[in-house]
This record gives sequence, C-alpha cells and structure tokens, in this order.
Amino acid sequence: MPTATASQTIGPYWHLIEHKEWADLTRFGAEGERIEVTGRVTDGAGAPVADAAVEIWQASPLADERFPGYGRSATDGEGRFRFITLKPQPVAGHGNQTQAPHLSIVLLARGLMTALRTRLYFEGEALNETDPLLSSIEDPVERATLIARSTGPGVWTLDIRLQGEGETVFLEV
Amino acid sequence: MSDTLPFRPFAAGTQPPLDAPAYGSTHLRHPKRALRKLAQTVSETTGPHFTPALFPEINDLTKQASGEPLGERIIVAGQVTDEDGRPIPNTMIEVWQANAAGRYAHPRDMHDAPADPNFPGEGRIFTDTEGRYRFVTIKPGAYPWRNHHNAWRPIHIHFSLFGTGFAQRLITQMYFPGDPLLNLDPIYHAVSDAAARERLVSRFDLAITEPEWALGYRFDIVLRGRGATPFEDGGHH
Ligand SMILES: [Fe+2]
Repeated sequence: MPTATASQTIGPYWHLIEHKEWADLTRFGAEGERIEVTGRVTDGAGAPVADAAVEIWQASPLADERFPGYGRSATDGEGRFRFITLKPQPVAGHGNQTQAPHLSIVLLARGLMTALRTRLYFEGEALNETDPLLSSIEDPVERATLIARSTGPGVWTLDIRLQGEGETVFLEV
Repeated sequence: MSDTLPFRPFAAGTQPPLDAPAYGSTHLRHPKRALRKLAQTVSETTGPHFTPALFPEINDLTKQASGEPLGERIIVAGQVTDEDGRPIPNTMIEVWQANAAGRYAHPRDMHDAPADPNFPGEGRIFTDTEGRYRFVTIKPGAYPWRNHHNAWRPIHIHFSLFGTGFAQRLITQMYFPGDPLLNLDPIYHAVSDAAARERLVSRFDLAITEPEWALGYRFDIVLRGRGATPFEDGGHH
C-alpha cells in the first residue's frame, strides 16, 4: 500500500481559494456563546507573517448544518487573524480524562512545507489545570503560548510565534 | 473501521521537514523546538464535513467567466484513498493554479506575464462514493520566484484536502510528467523519499483523455490511515 501523499507548501497565492466569510463560523445561523478569536502570527525575526492561512477546528459544540466547526482566516498585513465562533465546551480525552475547552489550529503559509499544528485554550478555565496537554508542559512560559487571554467582552487573543523568543508550542499529531 | 480511531504516524522520509534550507522562506518560519507529540483525541480524529449545498462545486475552471481562458485545456482525475486503500467518499478538494502564462489572478503576483480575465484559477470538487474526482482546467504555466538565481517553479496545481479527521488535513501540489524544472525545484526535493516524491507527479492517461477535446492526467491522493498497521503493536500512543 502506498504511504500518505507528501505535503507541499500552500505558497503565497492560496488566496485564490480564500472566502472571507469562512472566518465566521456563525454565518449559517448557529446559536450559542459567540466569541471573537484573534491574534498575530510572527516569524523568527518578529516580522508579521502576512500571507498565512490560519484554520480552526473544534469538536465542541458538535458540528451540524448550522455550525461547521471549521473556519479559515487569512492573516492581514500585520499578521493578524480573526474568527467569530462559538465558545467550545470541555470534550473527552483518553480514558476518563477531560480536556479543557480548546480549538485545534492548523497554520499554513509560504515557507511551511507542512501544516503547523497547535491549540488555543482559554485563560481562566478551571479545567486548564488538569488538561492532559497543558499539564504535560512543565515550563509555564511554553504552556502560556497555548492560552488565549481575554482582551474584551467575548474577545480572546493569542499570538503565534513561529520561531525564537516566545516560540509557540507546536504539536505532532 | 471506526471514525474515531487515531491516525498512524507518517512513514519516515515521506513528508518534507519544516527546516528545508534550500527553500529560503523556511529559514525564519520553522520552529526551532521539536514538535510536542500529542496523542490524538476527538479534536484530531474528527474533522469538518463539507457539502456541495453549502460549498458549491467548481469542477470546470474554464467556465468561470464570460469567455474561455487561453491555454491548453486538460482533464485532471484520480482517486482519494487512505493508506489502507479505502476510498474516501464525498470529501471536498480545493484546487488553485496559475494561468497558462504562469501568472496567478492574485494582486501580489508581479510576474511579467499576461493576466487572463477568463481564468480566476479556483476549483472545488467533491469525490464520489468511490473516492473518485475529476475536473477540467487549463495547463498552468511555469513561473519565476526569487528563491535563488534563475529560479522557476515547475508547473503545478495546488491541492487542499480535509479527509475525515483534522489530523488528515493535507496541502500539496500536483506536478506534470517530464517537466525539466522538477529536478531543480527545492520544494519538490524537500521530500527525501524518492517514491513519495515521484507520486506528486501526475501521469498522462489516455483513458482520461477525451478525443478531439482534452488531454487527461491522473493524480491519486493518499491520506493517512487510521488505527495500527499490521506491523505495529498497539498503535503509537
Ligand atoms: Fe504555485
């Protein structure tokens, strides 16, 4: 049997398939706790990554015809992405573990030969203390790279640093 | 096969590294720390489901404007399966590409080649119940890039696939057989395993070719398989 097809970079011109409305996961009429999720993507020199595709997938609330659970946002000239979605609830982990509310993030850009994966958790959630991934990260500075701060009513902010100082924890799944 | 089983790890050398020195844009964009291994959960084993009702199909890229685009009309077809050979039905494929002159309908593409108002260059196709897909387009042109002196990308079509779980998400590029630029391209050569690399090259296929109308190219795509392989004991957690 052949192995999985190799990844190649998304390149600088992926905006041919960009549809700005995909960044709003409530556009099909989903109801619930609406939140805004935003942040900046920067590279190893601290420069904005202005041509990235940031994607989110959330297993909660369950996707249906009114809630796709998936969104894609292009970064702007400052490297900023922005989603409107519904706040996720805790989801099951392995065995009897519970995972704190989170979004799965896939980052694609020129210069990324494969997708970079990370997660976005929410500051102040009691379950963050026992979340299997967060609690496995011993260094508090590294752990903090996965936890969005509340920066306004219903607004959550998490910057993503690809390389160097404050580098985001990226995941192999 | 359950749709919640974790996906297997990739075979060594079949995926490119994030640090690919010959491809300059990777220098400041690859993480320096090793990736942290995460045992897959529902957040990775499940994923989005798209339907043509909400994400309309664009399976003829030559019919997206009032006139016909310039260039050589082609048909691209193939099958999407997992590593166990199981077809992936009803899954969405996004494609995008340069026009026949090697220019993207993109404001940041400054290549001195003619734009084609009849070729926006976006496609969206769904596989059938057997994982098969097919679309009509024009053969893209090669284009220069600034990676190194006299650098040109081999002609290619960009592909985006979702599969059945977010851990299967795949962005890749389909190349064309016999392209002399392939051996000079650091993006293609970032895949060290020769067999995996060569599977990125489509094959001319007379069975897909339509008489008096268009040449056909076959490009099959394989997404990660679920569960343990027969060679593994108990999966990879
Ligand atoms: Fe390209």
